[in-house]
Amino acid sequence: MDIDIRSENGAAIAHLRGEIDHHTAKDLRSQLDKFIINMQPELLAIDFADITFMDSSGIGLIMGRCKLMKECGGILEVRNPQPYIRRVMKLSGIERIVKVI
Amino acid sequence: MEVLNEVKFTMPSLSVNEGTARAFVSSFIVQADPTVEELSDIRTAVSEAVTNAIVHGYRGTEGKIELTVRLLSGREIYIRIKDSGCGIPDVKQAMEPLYTTSPEEERSGLGFSVMESFMDKLTVRSRVGRGTVVTMRKRLSVHGR
Repeated sequence: MDIDIRSENGAAIAHLRGEIDHHTAKDLRSQLDKFIINMQPELLAIDFADITFMDSSGIGLIMGRCKLMKECGGILEVRNPQPYIRRVMKLSGIERIVKVI
Repeated sequence: MEVLNEVKFTMPSLSVNEGTARAFVSSFIVQADPTVEELSDIRTAVSEAVTNAIVHGYRGTEGKIELTVRLLSGREIYIRIKDSGCGIPDVKQAMEPLYTTSPEEERSGLGFSVMESFMDKLTVRSRVGRGTVVTMRKRLSVHGR
């Protein structure tokens, strides 16, 4: 699992690569939270283009970051999930809470 | 239903083995030539069941998880995931969407919902103090034949 976060003018993009499950979500959660708390971005977009697998652990990860972003006065977006990963998102109803583009 | 092929695999309940279990099941069922979507569905359901065993069955303690995968006649895949963990007191309640006993770990409570949606059949048998057995079946499509 790999994460690359770039920030410019209050907006940040976190590009994730690899598989999201309960095991890998722990490290992702910690890295994303550290960034959100330290940088307080107005917008954090998580780019899922290079995520090759995600189970419901990914839903917990998104919901938790969405909550933290709201607490910090910002917005979370999810970008470019593969069709298969979008199915897991649709099943969870997360698109009612987070913008998925 | 005739068993055409079968593999069994036992692993410790380490979270890193969630990926191991997915890889093991994928490598076995590839012989049945599933579609990309079917393979994804099965991998996700297995990941959910193994994660449940690790997070809820063993709750941070280490135990064994047994995985059995069968290829049955009629292009049906049978998967059994067994743990000897704490068991589920109320299976019906545990299977309700969004029900979780681990919100602090950001468990979404969707594990059984994903298994039910992505597989054709799901059976959960559990005894408190003895463990849980999750059985799933999925019939693969006949494509390109």
